[in-house]
Amino acid sequence: MTARIGVVTFPGSLDDRDTQRAIRVAGAEPVALWHKDKDLKQVDAVVLCGGFSYGDYLRAGAIARFSPVMDTVIDQARAGLPVLGICNGFQILTEAHLLPGGMLGNDHLHFICRDQKLRVENADTAWTTDYTAGQEIHIPLKNMDGRYVADQRTLDELEGEGRIAFRYLDVNPNGSLNDIAGITNAAGNVVGLMPHPEHAVESLIGTGRTDGLPFFTSILKKLVNA
Amino acid sequence: MSRTPLDTVEHAAATPDVELPWAELGLKKDEYERVVEILGRRPTGAELAMYSVMWSEHCSYKSSKVHLRQFGEKAPESDAMLVGIGENAGVVDVGQGYAVTFKVESHNHPSYVEPYQGAATGVGGIVRDIIAMGARPVAVVDPLRFGAADHPDTKRVLPGVVAGIGGYGNCLGLPNIGGEVVFDACYQGNPLVNAGAIGVMRHEDIHLAKASGAGNKVILYGARTGGDGIGGASILASETFDDAKPSKRPAVQVGDPFQEKLLIECTLEAFAEKLVVGIQDLGAAGLSCATSELASNGSGGMRVTLDDVPLRDSTLSPEEILMSESQERMCAVVEPEKVDRFLEICDKWDVIATVIGEVTDGDRLEIFWHGGKIVDVDPRTVAHDGPVYERPYARPSWQDELQADDANKLPRPRTSDELKDQVLKLVGSPNQASKQWITQQYDHFVQGNTVLAQPEDSGMIRVDEETGLGVAIATDGNGRYAKLDPYTGAQLALAEAYRNVATTGAKPLAVSDCLNFGSPEDPAVMWQFAEAVRGLADGCQQLGTPVTGGNVSLYNQTGEAAIHPTPVVAVLGVIDDVARRTPVAFQEDGQLLYLLGDTREEFGGSAWSQVIHDHLGGLPPKVDLERERLLGEILISASRDGMIDSAHDLSDGGLIQAVVESALLGRKGARLIVPDGLDAFTFLFSESAGRAIVAVPRSEEVRFNDMCGARGLPATRIGVIDGDTVEVQGEFALPLADLRETHEATIPALLA
Repeated sequence: MTARIGVVTFPGSLDDRDTQRAIRVAGAEPVALWHKDKDLKQVDAVVLCGGFSYGDYLRAGAIARFSPVMDTVIDQARAGLPVLGICNGFQILTEAHLLPGGMLGNDHLHFICRDQKLRVENADTAWTTDYTAGQEIHIPLKNMDGRYVADQRTLDELEGEGRIAFRYLDVNPNGSLNDIAGITNAAGNVVGLMPHPEHAVESLIGTGRTDGLPFFTSILKKLVNA
Repeated sequence: MSRTPLDTVEHAAATPDVELPWAELGLKKDEYERVVEILGRRPTGAELAMYSVMWSEHCSYKSSKVHLRQFGEKAPESDAMLVGIGENAGVVDVGQGYAVTFKVESHNHPSYVEPYQGAATGVGGIVRDIIAMGARPVAVVDPLRFGAADHPDTKRVLPGVVAGIGGYGNCLGLPNIGGEVVFDACYQGNPLVNAGAIGVMRHEDIHLAKASGAGNKVILYGARTGGDGIGGASILASETFDDAKPSKRPAVQVGDPFQEKLLIECTLEAFAEKLVVGIQDLGAAGLSCATSELASNGSGGMRVTLDDVPLRDSTLSPEEILMSESQERMCAVVEPEKVDRFLEICDKWDVIATVIGEVTDGDRLEIFWHGGKIVDVDPRTVAHDGPVYERPYARPSWQDELQADDANKLPRPRTSDELKDQVLKLVGSPNQASKQWITQQYDHFVQGNTVLAQPEDSGMIRVDEETGLGVAIATDGNGRYAKLDPYTGAQLALAEAYRNVATTGAKPLAVSDCLNFGSPEDPAVMWQFAEAVRGLADGCQQLGTPVTGGNVSLYNQTGEAAIHPTPVVAVLGVIDDVARRTPVAFQEDGQLLYLLGDTREEFGGSAWSQVIHDHLGGLPPKVDLERERLLGEILISASRDGMIDSAHDLSDGGLIQAVVESALLGRKGARLIVPDGLDAFTFLFSESAGRAIVAVPRSEEVRFNDMCGARGLPATRIGVIDGDTVEVQGEFALPLADLRETHEATIPALLA
């Protein structure tokens, strides 16, 4: 038996097919979900993928957060459904208040696409158990609005509770506070990050590394063993 | 205030003496008279609007047509060609049932006026051409030319253009995998923004721009039509017919990539359900172009009710609606029983779609407005029978003097230190420096099929996940070479793009081109154009790579000063298994470096002559296309059979530039030995064509040498991958760290 992992397509989603491929490569079954449809089709986990949902008009993720599918995602995430937000998906998760803080424009004001070095800070979330804490990995990063910000109390809380899942190493590519690349909720089922693990699952494609695959094998193991 | 009556066909026939602003709309007197002759009466305002835009240089190719015919006449036999010149884009068979469509277009003038939107809508336009063929767009490339890197206006234009390309392409989810950035003072007032795109489909999915089958519906879908990008129509609409309207509207269109992304998805879904008989995107000349081309390529006529076109601005006149170049619109021809399903799909993607007309039995294009017939023309006369000019051309008086100013006679470095200094100057010069600051503003990873992207020799995309089938594309063009000799310059552009594709292991299949020149009314420019086209057509014939389509951009000049003739050539190639691709980066210490091809004293138009001496003169490097073909075959075989682990073509900057790039990308140094018969300077800086460097694992050396020997390709061992310096024995050693600093600091220092 395998796990069914949903990938939501919003108008303007770009990495939906890539994310479905990454789920397949990891051995799970991808299920396409549609933004106008509240039905999550009995999936075991959901990925909100990268892109420019609704054109990122108003503010990245701000409109997607109110789409019908998100009503169900928000309810079920609070009840424990594993949810991963990648890039625009991370932005949507903060807009939906499933994760704290928010994203501003990159401090250098340009879109940036690079092979980014990260350190795995928390290998205990639903999406990171196939990493080890402290492991250094390379994952492609590509965004316009990737500067993670939060108030000091939230930052202290995230640091204190070990909820910073990934930190940028060598270069902070967008001015994120505390070099934050990704965070988790307290329960560990909702994780968001700016870099794109779905672009690092095949040795031939992109940067030629497979450092992103453990996201998808972590969740598969968790779901299959559950 | 009294309104003039609607200028219907009837009204036009009854009022033959009404003066129309044909000159303001860009028509010549004899062209206007020809319109009157075709119609047998004066045109209506709407008809004049259509003829004037469709007969413009941009849409009709009236100055270039007589030369461009050679691409067809000299086209080599090719089994790969599925759709040739004349459609929205050419289509090539890449095997396994897949077809690939690709094309390069210019968006030069708008990008100078408004860099961000000009460049963004350039991407949008080429991508719609690809969708209109039935393909899913899979990648874009951007050949760019700017003025001097340190000119203040370059700092205005370049960041805007780059942000526009990124802003639009990134938002569409198209990986940007190649292109070029070249600086030269000749482009100061006329930057070149060329945009290329590739799309993939199954053979059976090819769609064409034609309206067939009486009763079929014409559906306009996508963005609403606004007043942007009209230009000349405002003159027609506001000055002649109704002077109470605002007359100044932006001539540069404004793009909305989000709308275009929806357009891609909804069009592909309609294609998948086989709902579309014919399709055309709305680009230059907007509805005038779409309706007249669809109708003239089909079997019947077409009737359109212009009142049904969804508008952003309800005060637009019918002439303006016909000429508007609002972005993100397409026109589909759909059988009546499939219209509902088509509209449903549009609705699913929140795309506005409206039936605006239907295909008719006749052979006329008829357009109605408020119940009156305002257009009644034979669509062929609008779309295809535009004027054709045999513009006078003559070899410029200065050409001999330019060619006599021999770059080979320029003072050369006399000591090892001078040689080393010049190497550093070159790898740090704006044209040779790393363009990472630019390319990192483009998404290379999206869609998850990018095998190679810039700064590789060609971009490569996986087409089939199971078999590993892939396609590669490279664009090249060297205006300095073409200025010295346009015939040879065009062939050098072709040769370089061909070589760049072969270097990565892909087999070159077909060509698209974007021909950027000055004013065709200048006989010297026209000669450059004629020579370049002749060179390219001859070259494609010899290499067996047909031209599948392309674009001509003329009038790239400020006052008397034309840009360098700049034919940009894109070569598309296919690779059976992308796992066999060859990268630029050095892979492993100890591997042997071989130089393939012959090195001669060729410095005319070279990067060395430009950077060290600010010189342009002499003759460009010689072209030997048979050699290029042989080199290509060797590179492809060596890649397929695992005999080489990295390869890099030699072009501007010569061998040392290529070695430095491979070393920096691979983070591995090299020790080079100047081969017998060459001096160090020529070895390092010559720009002889038909050459590449390859890295051969020691275990493959015998096999590789045997292959080159048997095929008659000169292969010279020039060194080994080793250490963390680039060393030329007996001359100098440069640490990689210094080279990296020099190579990577230039562009950010100028532009960031």
